[in-house]
Amino acid sequence: MLRLPRLRFLIPDSARQAAAMAAEGGPTTMLVAGGTDLYPNLKRRQFATDTLVGLTHLRELHEVRGEASSGFEVGACVTLSAASRHHELHAGYAEAAGLVSSPPLRNAGTIGGNLCVDTRCNYYNQTQEWRQAAGYCLKKDGDICLVAPSSPRCWAVSSSDTAPMAIALGATVVLAGTDQERELPVSALYRDDGIDYLAKQAWEVITALRLPPADGLRTAYVKLRRRGSIDFPIAGCAVALRMEGDLVESARVVLSAVASHPLEVHAADQLLTGARLDDETIAAAAEAAAKPAKPLDNADLDYFWRKRMVRVVVEEALRKAAAR
Amino acid sequence: MADLKVVGQPLPKADAAAKVIGAAVYADDIVLPRMLHSKLLRSPHPHARILSVDASAARRIPGVKGVLTGQDLPIRFGILPVSQDERALESEKVRYVGDPVAAVAAVDEETAAAAAEAIRVEYEVLEPVLSIEDALRQPGDERIHASRSLPANLHRLQSYEFGDLAAGWARAAHVREDLFFFQGNTHLPMEQHSAVGQWVDGRLTVWSSTQVVHYVHRALSKVLELPMNKIRVIGAAHGGGFGGKTDPFAHEIVVAKLAMVTGRPVKCTLTREEVFYAHRGRHPVLMWVKTGVDEEGRITAMHFRSALDGGAYGSYGAASVFYTGTLQTVTYDIPAYKFEGCRVFTNKPPCGPKRGHGTPQPRFALELHLEKLAEEIGMDAVELKRRNFMQPFTRAVNWLRVTSCGLEECAEKVLAASGYRTRERRPGRGQGFAISAYMSGAGTAIYWNGMPHSEVQLKLDRTGVTAYCGAMDIGQGSDAVIAQIVAEELGIQAADVRLVTADTDSTPIDLGSYSSRVTFMAGNAALEAARKMRALLDAAVDARAGVPFLEACELAETKWGALSTAGSYTPPRIGGPFKGSGVGPSPAYSYSAAVVDVDADARTGIVRVNKVWIAHDIGRAINPLLVIGQIEGSVYMALGEALMEEQTFRRQLGLHKWPSMLEYKSPTFVDTPEIESFLVETVDPEGPYGAKEAGQGPLLPVIPALNLAVHDALGVWIDETPVTPEKVLKALKDGRVGPKMFPAVPWPEPIIVEPPARDDMRVGAELEAAFPSA
Repeated sequence: MLRLPRLRFLIPDSARQAAAMAAEGGPTTMLVAGGTDLYPNLKRRQFATDTLVGLTHLRELHEVRGEASSGFEVGACVTLSAASRHHELHAGYAEAAGLVSSPPLRNAGTIGGNLCVDTRCNYYNQTQEWRQAAGYCLKKDGDICLVAPSSPRCWAVSSSDTAPMAIALGATVVLAGTDQERELPVSALYRDDGIDYLAKQAWEVITALRLPPADGLRTAYVKLRRRGSIDFPIAGCAVALRMEGDLVESARVVLSAVASHPLEVHAADQLLTGARLDDETIAAAAEAAAKPAKPLDNADLDYFWRKRMVRVVVEEALRKAAAR
Repeated sequence: MADLKVVGQPLPKADAAAKVIGAAVYADDIVLPRMLHSKLLRSPHPHARILSVDASAARRIPGVKGVLTGQDLPIRFGILPVSQDERALESEKVRYVGDPVAAVAAVDEETAAAAAEAIRVEYEVLEPVLSIEDALRQPGDERIHASRSLPANLHRLQSYEFGDLAAGWARAAHVREDLFFFQGNTHLPMEQHSAVGQWVDGRLTVWSSTQVVHYVHRALSKVLELPMNKIRVIGAAHGGGFGGKTDPFAHEIVVAKLAMVTGRPVKCTLTREEVFYAHRGRHPVLMWVKTGVDEEGRITAMHFRSALDGGAYGSYGAASVFYTGTLQTVTYDIPAYKFEGCRVFTNKPPCGPKRGHGTPQPRFALELHLEKLAEEIGMDAVELKRRNFMQPFTRAVNWLRVTSCGLEECAEKVLAASGYRTRERRPGRGQGFAISAYMSGAGTAIYWNGMPHSEVQLKLDRTGVTAYCGAMDIGQGSDAVIAQIVAEELGIQAADVRLVTADTDSTPIDLGSYSSRVTFMAGNAALEAARKMRALLDAAVDARAGVPFLEACELAETKWGALSTAGSYTPPRIGGPFKGSGVGPSPAYSYSAAVVDVDADARTGIVRVNKVWIAHDIGRAINPLLVIGQIEGSVYMALGEALMEEQTFRRQLGLHKWPSMLEYKSPTFVDTPEIESFLVETVDPEGPYGAKEAGQGPLLPVIPALNLAVHDALGVWIDETPVTPEKVLKALKDGRVGPKMFPAVPWPEPIIVEPPARDDMRVGAELEAAFPSA
């Protein structure tokens, strides 16, 4: 079997100590919670890592605090399974958590981990031997992008199911640094870069996700993937709506798996706001949302088809949210 | 046979408990004292000459105990005598990404991997050949196998004419031609290949996850130049084969040689990526078919062409070519038939047998082709097919002998249950119907010999009875079938029969778990051995009824001393008097029919399978639970091939696009629809208790039925596999997706074969006397 590289595994006493360990270790040290994404990637030598700082033993990261009326603070190490089964969380968020991968991986994978999940590309998520045979790429060991060879940047795809929903909700994350904590909107957590895709410091530990009060928000997440389980998204849409009678009071539409970061489509938000949510509006919003989506030939199925499907998932998400 | 007590019972598999509680020992579970771990170094190039191999740095790594290169294993091997074209480790050239060139044994897997990485190989890269069309042209640099007599990269070339084609075409009121492409795909067993070798005092033992211990035994003997009696091959508990573990493999030879070199046991378990390179999966096949029918829709003549993309080595390919042309005649009654087939070498992992070996591709083509033909002449397609159904006890134009045949009953079961004839007709909803046939074991061994294909020995003493059988239970439950047959004859419970299987030292010959042969052939051998034993027991108890079994055993041992009996099975000669008649004949054919019901979304192109109805003519279900298991497994695998599975490669790089279980898409439980199975029991005259095969046949009708359901739903033709959403949308735009031309192939003059009389059922000595072998 593929073996993990030899690793030092550190067990901190607190999130802040974890950050200190990660900061001290530098670029070859990584934080790990469920490890469902990290460990297979390490087996394929996608990172040059010699030290891991474990987080799942930290009890405070497993708590869910608050209530629907005031909003929840969900510990970063709450498993995706637990989040998906939590009846009081926003329906769209629980839905997104429940659509990640497969049941065994959701039992191990965490909500914090899913926010940080590495960007993906069919030229990158391969073994060392395969990448050697293909020629290395920008994201690891090489100097060109194999998907878009004339491009100076990496186009690996943001593949988190829960991040778009967290952004649509206006959620924030709590980050523990070496000597302080800070709160950051999830929308500010990402960069449009396949390699350097997280806007936090590498050592900062996400300790919790703060979700807003229920407050009449209607949410839905629709995920497109080849199979009914296991697969990463090849397109996805998170929607958070606030309705005033028949009219949309506010709307946020965020796409997954069509760019190197969760893609907020403000054009769709603006189009929806104040409008009656009829077929025409839904179609127009979906059209607006699909425009900036830029799938490339580095994930499952044909990318022209994926681009066409963005409209379909946006429409479906809007209808689903409105019906909730 | 009205009073069968054990045969016909839905009993659990013989090893069910061991597998469920984790007691089963798979090859990778084996840990021996002082055992080393092996890792293969594989080629990163699809086509290259090996200029030099420098393993000195690997040898210097602490913990490395042995290093092999091509020089250490120069003798070629291959599953078929006509294709001895593989080496365990190549020393001259590599022919696909993943071709093994060196191997190491070290104290642990990490060290072995590091050592393999430290081996320096200098290559001269050659232009790769990556498609059927390219393989038929003169190569840019050089041919993949230089020594072959056929031009370009052709591997095999066949041409046959059975019956009066000219008369058939002349009689036809309508003639239609079509082109189809069946994409390659792989077996994807849950268990990766794994083998352990041990060398003690001049004797070699190899445990392996294989479907045929006998073939591994033969290859080891040849390559290692050891007599068969110095080698023992044991089949470890098995985690799935589907045809993918039917060849001898490099890693099996490597662990043996490394054990001999180091004096320590050596294990090699392939990674999932390596399993994709070991492959031997479904051939991509391009097909052209032309059929004539008379005014009533009866077939007057058929001409079928196939071109197989074989990958880098021969494997079973010489047989695979025949299989793409041979079974057409046992489903539909074709009075005049021409078949031209070729197989080419390409710089990709070698293709071979996968469930249905060479027949799902033409089955797909034929079922769609006849549907198109029916539409063209304005006839109901089911009716057209039924008018041409093969009838029981008929000899086909290419000499294949059909005995029991439940095609009519199978078709009626699924048509009735699905409501196909009265189905709702609306856009986006559709049903498709298709039929098939498959062999219950090949009538001819893959290497020439006159010995039985299966033998079973029974040993009986005061502790009860033990059956010794060389067949490997690969998860299909063949051990349970052997136990049920022995139990039925001896009047005991199946659980009271102890089994020793798939061990070349202790079990007699069996040609293995492939070709759907175990129930039929090992089953017949077990039946013979058990009946002989029953006679000895009857004599010992002096015909008294009601003697408890163990008491009877003691009486028998008292009367006869040490007791053993044996049975063996050799299929009769069936093939006609012409060269190449050995591929296709089987002592009996199973039949299947299926209806698939789908929703197909015209906006997204997404196809959702709602339900599959499938009926299978099993002859007799010795264990109906296992038969249904095989049927459901076949349906699941077929839907994967029909909808998503494809083994595809990066252009120029010749690199498998996604050698992982995540990105090579195969359906999950949640993607698998409800499956309703019907067993049709036609009681075959030669099968044990009338049984025929179940392991492969039920896969065949499902793939074309799925495409036909999509056609029914949306009116489009997708004349290739798999049916992906983008192809559905493209077909909605263009009307059809599929191949546009069949390349020029230098077909030889056909072998003209005089067809037999349709009612000539003669086989064996009778046939030999009337028509001596060509």
